[in-house]
This record gives sequence, C-alpha cells and structure tokens, in this order.
Amino acid sequence: MAAPMLRWVGRGRRWTFARVDGGSCHRRGAPTGSTSNRIRGQSSVAQQPLYTTQKPRKGEHKWAAVVGLEIHAQISSNSKLFSGSQVRFSAPPNSLVSFFDASLPGTLPVLNRRCVEAAVMTGLALNCHINKKSLFDRKHYFYADLPAGYQITQRRLPIAVNGSLTYSVCAGKKQSQVIPKTVRIKQIQLEQDSGKSLHDDLRSQTLIDLNRAGVGLLEVVLEPDLSCGEEAAAAVRELQLILQALGTSQANMAEGQLRVDANISVHHPGEPLGVRTEVKNLNSIRFLAKAIDYEIQRQIDELENGGEILNETRSFHHQLGYTMSMRDKEGKQDYRFMPEPNLPPLVLYDATSLPAGADPQQVINIDQIRETLPELPSVTRERLVQQYGMLLEHSFTLLNEVGLLEFFQNVIKETRAEPKKVTSWVLNTFLGYLKQQNLAVSESPVTPSALAELLDLLDSRTISSAAAKQVFEELWKREGKTPGQIVSEKQLELMEDRGALEQLCHSVMEAHPQVVMDLKEGHPRAINKLIGLVRKATQSRADPAMIKEILEKKLSS
Amino acid sequence: QSGSSLRIVSAALKQGQITPTELCQKCLSLIKKTKFLNAYITVSEEVALKQAEESEKRYKNGQSLGDLDGIPVAVKDNFSTSGIETTCASNMLKGYIPPYNATVVQKLLDQGALLMGKTNLDEFAMGSGSTDGVFGPVKNPWSYSKQYREKRKQNPHSKNEDSDWLITGGSSGGSAAAVSAFTCYAALGSDTGGSTRNPAAHCGLVGFKPSYGLVSRHGLIPLVNSMDVPGILTRCVDDAAIVLGALAGPDPKDSTTVHDPINKPFMLPSLADVSKLCIGIPKEYLVPELSSEVQSLWSKAADLFESEGAKVLEVSLPHTSYSIVCYHVLCTSEVASNMARFDGLQYGHRCDIDVSTEAMYAATRREGFNDVVRGRILSGNFFLLKENYENYFVKAQKVRRLIANDFVNAFNSGVDVLLTPTTLSEAVPYLEFIKEDNRTRSAQDDIFTQAVNMAGLPAVSIPVALSNQGLPIGLQFIGRAFCDQQLLTVAKWFEKQVQFPGIQLQELTDDCSAVLENEKLASVSLKQ
Repeated sequence: MAAPMLRWVGRGRRWTFARVDGGSCHRRGAPTGSTSNRIRGQSSVAQQPLYTTQKPRKGEHKWAAVVGLEIHAQISSNSKLFSGSQVRFSAPPNSLVSFFDASLPGTLPVLNRRCVEAAVMTGLALNCHINKKSLFDRKHYFYADLPAGYQITQRRLPIAVNGSLTYSVCAGKKQSQVIPKTVRIKQIQLEQDSGKSLHDDLRSQTLIDLNRAGVGLLEVVLEPDLSCGEEAAAAVRELQLILQALGTSQANMAEGQLRVDANISVHHPGEPLGVRTEVKNLNSIRFLAKAIDYEIQRQIDELENGGEILNETRSFHHQLGYTMSMRDKEGKQDYRFMPEPNLPPLVLYDATSLPAGADPQQVINIDQIRETLPELPSVTRERLVQQYGMLLEHSFTLLNEVGLLEFFQNVIKETRAEPKKVTSWVLNTFLGYLKQQNLAVSESPVTPSALAELLDLLDSRTISSAAAKQVFEELWKREGKTPGQIVSEKQLELMEDRGALEQLCHSVMEAHPQVVMDLKEGHPRAINKLIGLVRKATQSRADPAMIKEILEKKLSS
Repeated sequence: QSGSSLRIVSAALKQGQITPTELCQKCLSLIKKTKFLNAYITVSEEVALKQAEESEKRYKNGQSLGDLDGIPVAVKDNFSTSGIETTCASNMLKGYIPPYNATVVQKLLDQGALLMGKTNLDEFAMGSGSTDGVFGPVKNPWSYSKQYREKRKQNPHSKNEDSDWLITGGSSGGSAAAVSAFTCYAALGSDTGGSTRNPAAHCGLVGFKPSYGLVSRHGLIPLVNSMDVPGILTRCVDDAAIVLGALAGPDPKDSTTVHDPINKPFMLPSLADVSKLCIGIPKEYLVPELSSEVQSLWSKAADLFESEGAKVLEVSLPHTSYSIVCYHVLCTSEVASNMARFDGLQYGHRCDIDVSTEAMYAATRREGFNDVVRGRILSGNFFLLKENYENYFVKAQKVRRLIANDFVNAFNSGVDVLLTPTTLSEAVPYLEFIKEDNRTRSAQDDIFTQAVNMAGLPAVSIPVALSNQGLPIGLQFIGRAFCDQQLLTVAKWFEKQVQFPGIQLQELTDDCSAVLENEKLASVSLKQ
C-alpha cells in the first residue's frame, strides 16, 4: 500500500494530505448534507476536516505518518478468562470477584474454554494463522488494580498470528467512492483485563474495583500499515463490526469493551521510521481519529521546529483535543516476562490432528469453529448490493448504524415495496429523523412493521409519496396509530375520483387567470404552479401526473 | 511403636477399641506437652474436637468414611485452611484467614480426618532447617529421645543439653516434628526442593514427594509453581500410601494435575521377591561432603538389594552438578513473581505509611518479608530482567531439561528405582546450623533432593538406621514419573528389611501413648 504524502505548507503550521490516487488518505471537505453516503463510526467519524485542503507549494518538505494500533477487545463470555466469576458491566463494585481474581495466595488459573473459542473465531475471521500450540506468560508490574502483581498474557507464542483486516475509506467529492484497504494483523493474544482504580485526589485515596480484573481480553496487534486518523478509525470500525458479528466481543467503546492504543511516528518517505509515541486509552472512534491526526501534526510541527520526538506514552485530552505526555513512567518499565507455570501449553486441534476418541469437552477443534463462523460484514454488504441492488456505500451505512441492518431487513420482510424504495426510506427518511433527534435505532418510535405498512400503502398507490411523508411524521409522534388508521383519519388516500379532480382543476384555473394567461403566452413551466395549487387543494392526495394530464387537456381545449 | 501407625489406629477405630474423640484428646494433650518443640503455629483444638465428634457419630452409625475417618492429621501452614489462620510463618500473612480450603485439605476433611493444627516452617517454605520462620525454629523431637540422650551421656564432650537441641530440617520441619512426636498420624508438608524428604530423614519418618501433577496444588501457597508438590509425612510407608490414596487425582482447580495416570486406591502389595527389580545407584551422588555413616548405610542398602536378588547398577546422572545453581535461578525467579501479590492491599500485612502507593508497597514488603525472602525476590527479579533473561532463566530452563533427561535415560536403561542418600548427614544442632546462612544451607541440604523436583519425579525418604549419635538417617528412592505405587512398594519392602527403631520419647509423652499401645491395641487385628 502506498504511503500517503503529508506536505508542509508553510507558515500556517498546518499540514495536509496530498491527493494521491488510490492509496492516499482522502480528507473530506465540509460535511456533506446527506447522512447516507459516508462511512460512519458508531457516532460517526469526525465530520470537521482537521486539515485544510490546500495545494502544496513547490519545494515543500514531505512527511509520511506511520500508525500502528493495539486493540483490546473484552471477550463476551459469561465468566472470566481464568476464574468462574461472572462478567457484567456496571455491577456493584467488587461484586464479581473470585478468590483468584483477588489473587488470594494458593489460587490457580483455570482457562475458560469460551474465551479460547472466541480467540480462535476472531483469528479465523481476521485471516490469521491459528497456532496449534500457544503459551501463557506473566507480565509483571506493580499497580493497585493488578492484584497479583502480574498480568497473564501471551507474549512468546500467541494464539493467532499473521492475519489481515480489510476495511474501506470513502473518497471523492461526495464521499461516495469506496476505497478498500488492508491492514496486516501481527497477532491476537489472550490476556487478562485489570481492575479499575478510582483516584480521589481530594482525599488522596485510590479505590479499587476488581469486577473487571481477570475478564478475558483479545489483544489485536495491527502492523503499522495505517497512515492517518481516518484510516485508523475505519479499520477499528470494521474490526468492531466483525467482533460484533462473531459475538466474540460486544466491542462497545463507551463501555470500555474496545480500547485502542495507537503508536504513531512520522518520517520522510525513503528514510528510516521516526521515533514513535504511544497514545493511550482512546475510548471512541471519533477521538481515535482526532488524537492520531493531532499527534501526527504535533510531531511534524516539533520536527519542523528543530525539536525531537520522545519515545513516550501520551494521553488524549478529548475535550481540548490534544495529546499530552503521561510522564508516569520513570524510564522504561521492565516487565520481567516469565512463562506462566500454572497453565500447560494451550493445544488446539484440527480435523487432521484430532486424537481419536478425544472427549469433545476437553479439546477445541479449529475446523469445527470455522464451520460455525457467521456471515462477516464484508459479505453482508456484498449480499445487500447483490440482493437489493443498493449502492455499496448504502450497505456501509446500513451496517455502521447499530441495529439499522436488522431494521431494514425486517421492513423488507414485511413489505411488498421495492427494495430500492425501502433502502431510500430507511437511509434517508428514517435515519434522517433518528439523526435529527440523536436517537439510536432501538429508540425509534417507528417500528419496522409500521414502516412496512406505510410502504405498502405507497406501493399500492393508496397514498402519494407526499402523503406518505405526512404519515411518517404522524407515526414518529408515537401515538400508537397504524399507518392505515392515520391515512383514513386524515383522509390522505389518493384522490381516485377523476370527476372531482377535474372540477377542482377547473376552479383553480378560474381563480388564477393570470397564470393561465402566462401559460397561453408561451410559458409552459407555469403549469407547475397550477399543479402545485391543485395538489394543495387536495391536501396532496392527488397524483400529480393525473393533475397535469387534466390541466393540459383543459388548457388545450 | 506398633500402635503408632495410622493403619493400626484406623483399625482400632473401626473395631471400636478407641473413639475418635479419645484419639483426638490424646493427640491434643501431646501437642500441649510438646509445645516447646514449636511444631505448631496454630492448634485448631476446637475444630479438631468438633470433627472428632462428627466422626464418632459416623462410626456409631456404621458410616465410617474410610481409613482416615477420625485420624488426627496436621497441615503445614502454607496450605490454605478455611477459617483457620494461614501464615507461611511470615509477618506478611500474620492474621490472614483464608476463605477456602486447599484441595488436599478439603480431601482430608472429606475423608473424615481431624485437623489438629497448622505446622511451623521456614518463612514461605524458603529454607532447609525450619529455623527461619517468624515464629521461631522447630526443635527436633529426637533431641529428647532416649536413643540420642543415652549416646550423649557416653560422650564426654557433650555440652549443655538444653541449648544443644537439633534442627528438624525443613522447610516442613513442623509437620515432621508433629508426626515424630506422635501429635498426629500423618502430616502434609510441601516439597519444592526436598522440603518434605529432608525433615523426614532428620526426624526418622517416611517423607513422600508424589509425582508432579498427581496431587493438586490448589490452595498451597506457592514457592515454585513448577516444582511444588504437596508432601506426605508418616511413620511408615503404608500410611503414606493411605494418605496418597486420599489426595491423588485430577483437580479442576489445578490445570497441572494429570487425568488418572494411575490406578487408585494405593494398596501396596508386600513384595516377596525383588529379583526382578533393578536398582540404580547414581554415581554423581557420591559427593565428598557425604558423611561416612550415610555413605556406609547407602552401600549397605545397595548390598541388601543385591543379596536379595535385585540387580543393582551404577548409573550416571551427568548434569547433577549443575542442578543446584539451576534450581537457584528458577526458584528465585518464580519466587520473585509469586511474591508480587503480597503488596498489603487486599490481605495480610500493611504498613502505616500512606505517602504514596509505591511507598506503601515498599514499606509493607520490607516489614512483611524476612531477609531470606527479600533476597530471593531480589535475585529472581535480577534473573528476569530483559537483559538477563536469556543468560539466566532460559539457560536454567535448558539445564533443567537436561537434568530431567538424565533421569529419563537412567530409567530407560532398565532401572526401576534409584537409591540415593536423602541428606549429607544426620540432623545437626541448631547452634551449628545457624553458623551458615540460609542460602548456603539450602544449597547443601537440597543436594540430593531438588533434582527430583526439577524432573517432576516421585521420591520417598525412608528412615534406615540410627547414627552413632543415635539420630535417624534416611535414604531416598526415586521412581519413574507417575510410578508412585511401584516406588512405594519397593520402599515398603526396604522398610520391612531395615526395621528402623522408632523414636523413644517416653519421658516426653509418658502415659498417653503407653496406654494406647499396651492395653487398647493389644487385640487389634489387621487385615492384610
């Protein structure tokens, strides 16, 4: 993949991406009006352009950014990685803590089969090589929410290696061009989560909650193939969708089920990589993109000013939008890695290596897991395009909004309307309303059945599309009425009575002689005014085509 | 001492010649009489009496749980016991009451055993004398035996008897003293480099280290996870087999336990004929430091096997001399890691300093651990540093593999069991023992025992005879991995041949044991 060029643009101390075909990082301009043709994060990726898109001047210095990610995904499992304690978000503090989680002396880890299966599944979905034998290690550091003084992880021989993640970024004037990209996956390792420390600076106290201590994590390490915040955001979003499709992680960033650390450096293409910084604990996709772009910019500024980049850990201040050195480590930590002696090597089997007569409860069969893999997001999108004839970017939107695909499919199931019609209604009208009121799909006042019924009425030409919009607005008010009831109460049925419509046209023409005159004097577009007036008189219940036909007939007579 | 074995007293319980409560009270009274031995850190009198009461009910209802029902046992104070303080003889865990039982403790209780108390040890089992715990050293009951005292009277140079007491060896010295002084019928030790076999040899007991993976470590506060094994201390081999039968087996809470490698229960046949047996004598174990008495007993034992028709072969374990230093690196590295959890936050000792979390950690650990523990943590962390890891830890692991292979090669050459000394000499007086530091002592005392732990093999120390000073000397048998039963069967045959004279503690224990032996057990019949 070609690395994008970043160019120094002079005194403004801003840098920007040059538009290079294909492999470049495409910045958008101002936000486009439509919500339907953009790849969005859970709450949509930064819509404000971070960098002004200016033309580079001649002789300017070129920079390339190199970004690698370490992603921690909490495994969705009933119990923790090495203990029987439950896994639950927002339980009362220290209510989900086993003796092992509290590291009581003498307790031993017992590996949770479900977590191993989740790791294998994720590895397979990310095109990894699954290691038939993997090992556990202890990583030592003293921290109050790490009760054993070490974390059990997989450093030497992780469960999955050498995979890839294909994601897409949008480009083009309307962000309608979908460009597929690939980032290599170095490894996926199983490890324990830590507890949580709550610092009370006023009382200089730290409170510890061990509910999270020992929850299974998948650490997914991406190779530094990314080059800007947008790419990172798109890659993480795709990973999030994959994890959710697999059910291996709920991957909700706001709840900390997906946490991203970014390693960032800049260099001149062709020269060795620069010193990198690590930006920690990025808890939303939007902040991830912002933090990376800020940090790239900061490093370029620093270097352009003759400064140097320190190999340090930085945190992102999401309100103020900048990264700052964490300065919490005096020098480099030595984690004193050591093999975990209480866990034998984790051995996995496939169809060929499975020992005869093995107890299925005691062994994990990679091939068997492969067979249970659900449809992955990229396949779903392809299917949507093929099956419903929608644009690829529409399929992205359907998947990116939580619950939207399911909503769409439920509508499709219940309506006779054309899939294209459904797509348009779901992505424009429905999603537009949701966005306007900042609601999630699950909070929508309109059910798939109601929308399906509405689209049926439209499809059967019982109502006009203008009336349909009106019905939709009524539905949104949550008054518990069906579209049919609304239509009959408000008398929104399409006017089928030609005689009545002719009468109406006649009176409109009589009431607006000037318009009729204009028409006759050779201004044919004036007819639209008449059509509009007639429609208004029918409360949008008449078919505009029929109105036009009647008017034309009357005018020519 | 026939009445003193677990098997015999178990038969007496079954036949109603003695009740569990009587037995429990007898042992409690002996515990009180021998308090000065410092064998116990905690005596769980109330728990034991309650258990005895329940056991008595079972016997009355004819619902005995088996051989261990009503049998007084003691447990080293590094096994978690629910509701009973578990200290590891360290300030760090003073006052720590675990909320759960170690699997081995639970198994003993499930079989109806009576828990008499928690026995003394070196702090966190780091030592070979049972002299380096926060509750003080354990005294070897043999210091007060008739056999030793008579010999000392003959010696014109003998010093003041009171200050001249002997160490038990260790680190399971409390368990050894408890069994040796008849305060219980079996005790759990732990064995990481010889901590069960060493005190067994010094206290004239059978000290058995099972194969790694045969007995659960869950609840054993670890020294070195990859070498720790719960050990069994008893007065005869059959008793050890009974206890092993109760403890062995896979444990879902310990992933390193092995699924049913051997048949249970551990009934030991009485071997009539050793002619099909091949005994290996590792030539590297003949070291200059070995006392002439132990050496001579070792060769007599080999002769005994040979004269009874067994094949006795000299074998080579060529990497033996690297074993101690390798053990040191691996042991301290795991210690550094295992001790990391003791930070004063969740349990155990916490210092008063609250300037910062780091300052609190530092002071807590300085106050909580003794010099030996701190020294091992320091060296272990040094070996695990990124720049040292390859040169120390990885190399030591490679050497460990070579040492394990030495044993495999010996057994592959046709040897069934290896015969070695357990210790260099008999127990030494405390004052002499403490002339050397803990590290030097451990390195010397573990010389014959720790290689077995690195290889995960079963081994047992059997008391053979008394030294010129009237002190017990033990020899060690080492078996193939998971051939624990075969090993114990050979040990049982050997035990029968040598007829080791039991400890004579009449002055100490006076009427209690006498009553039991002479009157009550006269009519006990044993099913063979």
